[in-house]
Amino acid sequence: MGKTEKKELLVAALENGTVIDHIPSDKVFDVVSLLGLTHLDNPITIGANLRSRKMESKGIIKIADRYFTEEECGKLSVIAPNIVMSIIRDYEVVEKKAITLPDEVHGIVRCGNPKCITNHEPMQTVFHVVDKNAVTLRCRYCGKDVLQKDIKLL
Amino acid sequence: MDQDNRSLISLEGLGREDILSLLEKAAGFEAQPNRKILDGKVVATLFFEPSTRTRLSFETAVNRLGGRVIGFSDAATTSSSKGETLKDTIMMVSNYADLIIMRHFLEGAAKYASEVSPVPIINAGDGANQHPSQTMLDLYSMLKTQGRLDDLNIYLVGDLKYGRTVHSMLTAMRFFNPTFHFISPEELKMPSEYKEFCRINGIRFQEHSEFNEDVIADADILYMTRVQRERFTDLMEYERVKDMYILKNDMLRSTRPNLRILHPLPRVNEIAQDVDSNPKAYYFQQAKNGLYVREALICNALNLI
Ligand SMILES: [Zn+2]
Repeated sequence: MGKTEKKELLVAALENGTVIDHIPSDKVFDVVSLLGLTHLDNPITIGANLRSRKMESKGIIKIADRYFTEEECGKLSVIAPNIVMSIIRDYEVVEKKAITLPDEVHGIVRCGNPKCITNHEPMQTVFHVVDKNAVTLRCRYCGKDVLQKDIKLL
Repeated sequence: MDQDNRSLISLEGLGREDILSLLEKAAGFEAQPNRKILDGKVVATLFFEPSTRTRLSFETAVNRLGGRVIGFSDAATTSSSKGETLKDTIMMVSNYADLIIMRHFLEGAAKYASEVSPVPIINAGDGANQHPSQTMLDLYSMLKTQGRLDDLNIYLVGDLKYGRTVHSMLTAMRFFNPTFHFISPEELKMPSEYKEFCRINGIRFQEHSEFNEDVIADADILYMTRVQRERFTDLMEYERVKDMYILKNDMLRSTRPNLRILHPLPRVNEIAQDVDSNPKAYYFQQAKNGLYVREALICNALNLI
């Protein structure tokens, strides 16, 4: 059996649910916490440091019997820009969507500026996405940029 | 300009014509500063961070326009010191006032206030972020002394790293084809993001570490700022450079006749006292111009002119 077949088998083993693929290996556990997977009882398979043709090393998460809303998907784009989410029904991939950054990110991310009003008032953060590829966010309130490597989730 | 929400938070959203139109209104107030335009209006000045100079300028503007002022000059005397949120303070005050002028130590505070407030907000400074009325009075002073804003040689001297006024000036001047000269110690150089802004907007600039007669020979505007000890990580460096960015009267001998010296005030020692009597010194008139500019900004926010 070739490598590809093995992998497909692994995916196919999911009858219904979601496969989150192309996660950078160092972001796998951020995805786990962002989606609140530790609170689920559903069967979950987590793979990290897998070889991929597209990336150096990637992670994959499979969650049985659970689908995610647009809002939940949007969160993922903040920590990793090229994640692919596949919806599995009856062992078939019925939908495959690339998670892309929206133009604005509401909530989710904390502003890195300690003197920013958002860190002192009970209010939602808002960021304009100034660079979708590099993931650079600009705070609507204090105007400071948050780079991907500095992103802290709320 | 956004006509629905007439708040003034920063100058970033203003175009060339918006800026020139506000400056023209300010000139109208200079010609005739006392008018009953705000008769029956109440304006709140909420200074969560004290700034006597800015507050007095705004309150004088309201008084000269016939309006009434409520407010506070220090957050220690208000309920925010008891843990009240900014939103609650703004909601409470907007029940009483037609306009809120606020200064806050947190960045983005005025922007947030303008989103929750039913009455317009004028930002009188939010931390290190924006202070649009200061920038407008700087522009007004340049226009008034040079007769134009276009094609000026503007020399910014001193703390270009943390100086909020010099950063806002770059943004506002992008419509007027300026040539900037940045004169500062190495530790307080213009940050690269602002130099990048200049490149993107086609603004010419040169950097200098020397501050002397020859460097400033072609200046139309010399904008001095304070070099503060607490900005230095290396105090040896501070001791070495602290006297290098002081303007002395004899440096002005061969400068252009139209040169004017600006400073956002308060000054400490970066302009020697003997410069004050030089006709090229303009910083005290500059502060006075703040009154006319603020009269214009207040009336604009209330849609009264
Ligand atoms: Zn911020």
